[in-house]
Amino acid sequence: MDDARETTSPEASERVVIERALAPFAGGAQIPRHALLPVLHAVQSSRGWISKDALAYVSERMGIAQAELYGVASFYHLFSLEPSARRVLHVCDDVSCRLRGSRAIVERLSMACAPEGESRDDAAWHRSPCLGQCERAPAALRVIAGDAPTQRSLTLRSPEHAEEVFSSRNTGDHDASASSFEARQPRGALRLLRRIGVANPASLDDYRAHGGYQGLRRAHARGAAWVLRELSEARLLGRGGAGFAAGVKWSAVASAPGREKYVVCNADESEPGTFKDRVLMEGDPFALIEAMTIAGFAVGAEKGFIYVRGEYPLAAERLERAIAEARAHRKLGDDVLSSGQRFEIEVRRGAGAYICGEETALLESLEGKRGEPRSKPPFPVHEGLFAKPTLVNNVETLCAALDVIVRGAAAFASVGTADSTGTRLFCVSGHVAHPGVYELAMGMSLRELLALAGAEFSHIQAVLLGGAAGTFLRGDEIDVPLTFEDTRRVRATLGSGSVVVIDDQTSMMDVLRGLAWFFRYESCGQCVPCRAGTIRVDELVQRVRAKVPLGTWESERERLADLGRVMRDASICGLGHTATSAIESAFERFELWPDRVAKKGRA
Amino acid sequence: MIVLWGSNARDTHPIFFHHVLRALKRGAKLYVVDPRVTSTARFAHRHLPVRVGGDIALANAIARTILAEGLENRAFIQRATEGFEAFEAVVREYGPEDKGAISGVDPALVRELARDFATADRAMICWTLGITEHHHAVENVWSLINLALLCGQVGRYGAGLNPLRGQNNVQGGGDMGALPHKLPGFQDVEDATARAKYERSWGATIPPNKGWTLTEMFRAMERKDLTALWVIGENPAQSEADAHHVRSLLTGLDHLVVQDLFVTKTAELATVVLPACAGFAESEGTVTNSERRVQRVRRALAPPGQARDDLWIVAEMSKRLGRDFGAPSARELWDEMREHSPLHRGMSYDRIEALGGIQWPCPDEASLGSSFLHGRLWEEPVQGPKAPFHAVEHRDPAEALSEEFPLRLTTGRRLSEFNTGVQSKGLASPLVKDEAIEVSPEDLAALALREGERVRVRSRRGAVIAPVRVDRGLPKGLVFLTLHQPESVDTNLLTIEATDPRAGTAEFKAAAVRIERCE
Amino acid sequence: MRSEKPKGRDGGLVQIERTIELEIDGRAVRVPEGSTILDACRKLGVDTPTLCYADNLTPVNACRVCVVELEGSRTLVASCSRKAEAKMVVRTESERVKSARKMVLELLGSSVDMSATANFENWCSRYSASPERLGTPPNAPAVIDNDLFVRDYAKCMLCYKCVEACGDDAQHTFAIAMTGRGGEAKIATEFDVSLPDSACVFCGNCVGVCPTAALQFKREHDLREAGEWDESKQSVTKTVCPYCGVGCVLELHVQDDEIVRVTSPSDSSVTDGHLCVKGRFGWGYVR
Repeated sequence: MDDARETTSPEASERVVIERALAPFAGGAQIPRHALLPVLHAVQSSRGWISKDALAYVSERMGIAQAELYGVASFYHLFSLEPSARRVLHVCDDVSCRLRGSRAIVERLSMACAPEGESRDDAAWHRSPCLGQCERAPAALRVIAGDAPTQRSLTLRSPEHAEEVFSSRNTGDHDASASSFEARQPRGALRLLRRIGVANPASLDDYRAHGGYQGLRRAHARGAAWVLRELSEARLLGRGGAGFAAGVKWSAVASAPGREKYVVCNADESEPGTFKDRVLMEGDPFALIEAMTIAGFAVGAEKGFIYVRGEYPLAAERLERAIAEARAHRKLGDDVLSSGQRFEIEVRRGAGAYICGEETALLESLEGKRGEPRSKPPFPVHEGLFAKPTLVNNVETLCAALDVIVRGAAAFASVGTADSTGTRLFCVSGHVAHPGVYELAMGMSLRELLALAGAEFSHIQAVLLGGAAGTFLRGDEIDVPLTFEDTRRVRATLGSGSVVVIDDQTSMMDVLRGLAWFFRYESCGQCVPCRAGTIRVDELVQRVRAKVPLGTWESERERLADLGRVMRDASICGLGHTATSAIESAFERFELWPDRVAKKGRA
Repeated sequence: MIVLWGSNARDTHPIFFHHVLRALKRGAKLYVVDPRVTSTARFAHRHLPVRVGGDIALANAIARTILAEGLENRAFIQRATEGFEAFEAVVREYGPEDKGAISGVDPALVRELARDFATADRAMICWTLGITEHHHAVENVWSLINLALLCGQVGRYGAGLNPLRGQNNVQGGGDMGALPHKLPGFQDVEDATARAKYERSWGATIPPNKGWTLTEMFRAMERKDLTALWVIGENPAQSEADAHHVRSLLTGLDHLVVQDLFVTKTAELATVVLPACAGFAESEGTVTNSERRVQRVRRALAPPGQARDDLWIVAEMSKRLGRDFGAPSARELWDEMREHSPLHRGMSYDRIEALGGIQWPCPDEASLGSSFLHGRLWEEPVQGPKAPFHAVEHRDPAEALSEEFPLRLTTGRRLSEFNTGVQSKGLASPLVKDEAIEVSPEDLAALALREGERVRVRSRRGAVIAPVRVDRGLPKGLVFLTLHQPESVDTNLLTIEATDPRAGTAEFKAAAVRIERCE
Repeated sequence: MRSEKPKGRDGGLVQIERTIELEIDGRAVRVPEGSTILDACRKLGVDTPTLCYADNLTPVNACRVCVVELEGSRTLVASCSRKAEAKMVVRTESERVKSARKMVLELLGSSVDMSATANFENWCSRYSASPERLGTPPNAPAVIDNDLFVRDYAKCMLCYKCVEACGDDAQHTFAIAMTGRGGEAKIATEFDVSLPDSACVFCGNCVGVCPTAALQFKREHDLREAGEWDESKQSVTKTVCPYCGVGCVLELHVQDDEIVRVTSPSDSSVTDGHLCVKGRFGWGYVR
């Protein structure tokens, strides 16, 4: 690269922060690019924003051009590149929190505290896409920059409470409810959730006392080929949304040529209404570590990364602690459990970008770049992290794989259906009495799930199944069994396992506007169909909501169909492919077009 | 592996450097040998900060390391070279810690380069004026040739020795015989058979002896043996070292004809000025680039005013001097030339066009040209003469530093500017800044100067006034100027006209100066 | 199997090329392994619109106007970057392809000023695209912070070409990057500082690859502003740069006996279509 002509030097304190963040990476001749996000996080959390001088210093130290650094930093919404308050409240304004009163909070904050984004007395607030705290909606993430930065998730119990939190200078502890998990199901039926709320997530001994590390010992005893076979025989399908066969993926990485391979855990759970991976990481971090160690053993990788979304500070903290503990007890390192296996895990934090849940965007982000999805093929199993064969699975899939190894394939597949084996985690939020994570054998119906969560069936207007990229079902469609195949039959998807219940007092168009805004905000902008399409869809939804068509309503319908088609057909990645699916499903299943709405309708 | 030696190609040959960058992306290694940490050096795997004038010591130290570690290509040396024993005897003295230390380069770096160069599948040395603007230019080049011969890094695709040409047709000028001792196609002027071909074709007699180099011309002017001069597209009044002296010689001529696009400083001294066309946009013809690729230039614009094509001017001059060539087109002239030059014979205009340029030698119309030379050295047995080693010893720059003139001045080119600035003056690049004397941060402090402060830079030959600028890439004791803005900073008043007797190039790279504060 | 043989011209080493056969619009075509579907289309003379693609840059497949239908693929694929494989069955004029291309053109034409983009109007009529049915592009004044070239963001379609040319596809200066995200994405310097304050070395290789004239020679911009820009009056002459000895091939675009733009052909083995500041802008002395 060539030098920028303006040379600057950062404040001494910034320099110290940067050097401290770089220190773990400074071994070789050059600092690796993947150190970038950790460094930017360090700068952001020490001052509340990233200055030009700081960026110039990082540029000099890492040999990356300033423009490129700026391009990366400006991609992630948890990084600020303008002077910002030290205390920032990110208020969730996404689908589940809106159903539980976030609008009133947002209004109160803008009236009583400050306009969105503006600083008052070193404090500011922003609206945020889903924070993954839907069971305690309306939720917020409070970030306080400084020498001892803190990040806390919390429930905003009321507009008054929100105002109080905004002005408070206390850092506060994690919301008490954050670590609590209340099982509303018989514990005996739980598999992935069985330790949560029972075993102390900070204690390796407790983990072992509750069955921990049996899977890894078994894997070591029986060998990598056995693990791969078992996984295939269990017919475990990925829990991330695409439903790809885990056995096939693991075997592909195992048989890919080359010695350098990676295991990457996709913990960038960002699908609105989804929080199960967070519950797993916060409540049972050792299980994920054990699962990844087994994966590393099976595919021949010596290094794993957990990419935790930036909005999950507690999960990241607990994982870090658990990894240190596991390392100290030789459950990680050069000789795992004296088996000769080498395996290390690093936690990396996202910085606010839904797209990084897309696996190739996540890999780009891990490598210190903008989270722009790659074009596939090549797929990550062949060219993944650092262009090496890489296994990417999400948290639940890895934990389910551990369950396969612990129980054996046959026992695992003994629940569920022939095509959808095992249990599945569902995140129920919105208008239910008991929002939370539920673990069901695949094949149980949506109605059974909603009953567990205390839904009022007579008042269900719609259920958004599978997140923002999912499908709306009507109240009369909830008998669908929750399997990959049955949902497909009703043109829906399990997606991320998110289940958002919308009652009959809610305006569907308000909900749709929220979704349209979400995709417009979260599109990475790389390809034309998604970048421009999400904007056009949002505009169209706004026009329907305002009942002011561009041309005729017929032409609007055509426009929506055209937009949906080009985004599905021609976008680079899954975000664009699915960005209109929920919205289109709503228009199909509900009378929302103003020219067709019966006078009594409430859309 | 690529060694850029005395070349700041990132700034001076940017598109050549694109090719280097592409090689780096594919895994090639880049070594940069330069006294300054240039923008080129920033891209290098290793930068060897050689002392100005220390190139032979460095090359010999590299050779000595290769020999000491047994990495030389014995088979190649025995089969394809001569003079190895004498060479070996000289470089034996140049251990990186011994005589090699004259180069100023850390012995560890010397060894690293030596090992990589000797063991690379393909290694290439490219150089620019950092090698040739010295009073021992030819010896400098020989010392690099020695390295290539030592390891067999020559005569193969991707290996070899590459001087990067500084002007768009400096190679073509040589190709066409614009050298005192050559006819077109590098045929010797003292070779009667070669001469006879042209004499027949031209119907004129060619002087049988070689002519004068530029330096020799100046000597002849001093002696008054040369009293009339026709200068085509050169600006010696500003481009030559020790400018005061050169200008007095030009002024002392009886008759000076200057043929140029611009009224240069030289043209201002002329008896007659012949306005010429811009070669690249107002004329037809060919130029030859650094890789010996002959390409076409074409007329895109009508020339202004009375400007005439160079070819027209020469033909007209010839007619008026009594020998009428008619009015040949560039193409006709080219066809005549290639008829007598075996190197160019296969290069018709049509083929040049179709192939996107052709690299000589191209002996016939079936040939696609040659991307590298000296492949014969790998034939069994070697065809033609063996390649000679030259035993060369380090020599200090002509002008030693002294208490009176304690700083070493070196010169070079910047990205947005060119030579004496006549062409690049109209380029409104934001990168162009007023010419300044660049100094190391250490010297800035030692001399108690401020950046931007105007100082007087003085050598034994003259003085200029320039503002001070810090360049963190300069070592202590080295200062830097360009020739680009002679109107404000006439750098060649300082440089030394110590020329290499064989090449005729002056030592622009090493003068002794001091910096004085202006009151 | 890879085998090595001396290459006639270079005496260097080349891999013997293996070829593969695929089917496009019912016609068989054989291309070297490693070719893209676009290469295969071109070999057959199938006219495929492209915007973000250039011969001398790595495909980023961002614009999606070159999408084709590939049997067995759930979605359409970008022909510019998808490697051709043996036995692929590709359709380039199916209803799905036509509809996608039409929509891409409408999405672009309704959000970006594509008026100076070569072929854009032709493609719109070929695919019956009416961008105005989705909206009209916003106006914004061009950014002029130097005398060599201007940045007209209203015409920027975010094709990444300039970023690639400035970065590791050619120039390695990295003065500009894609910044921001989604609808806020913008190609800019760090903190949007002016080009003279950035790392820019004014090679103009970004200008050379820009498909929409979002990056324009200052002279071109002035002529366009004055309504005097007229490509039908322009001649293009190939010649060689008058500066250093690299021998870069120049194409001089001349209107009314004045150079108004300088480019280099992307198939030149010397330049690959790229130039430096002197080659691209240093012709003022013959104006």
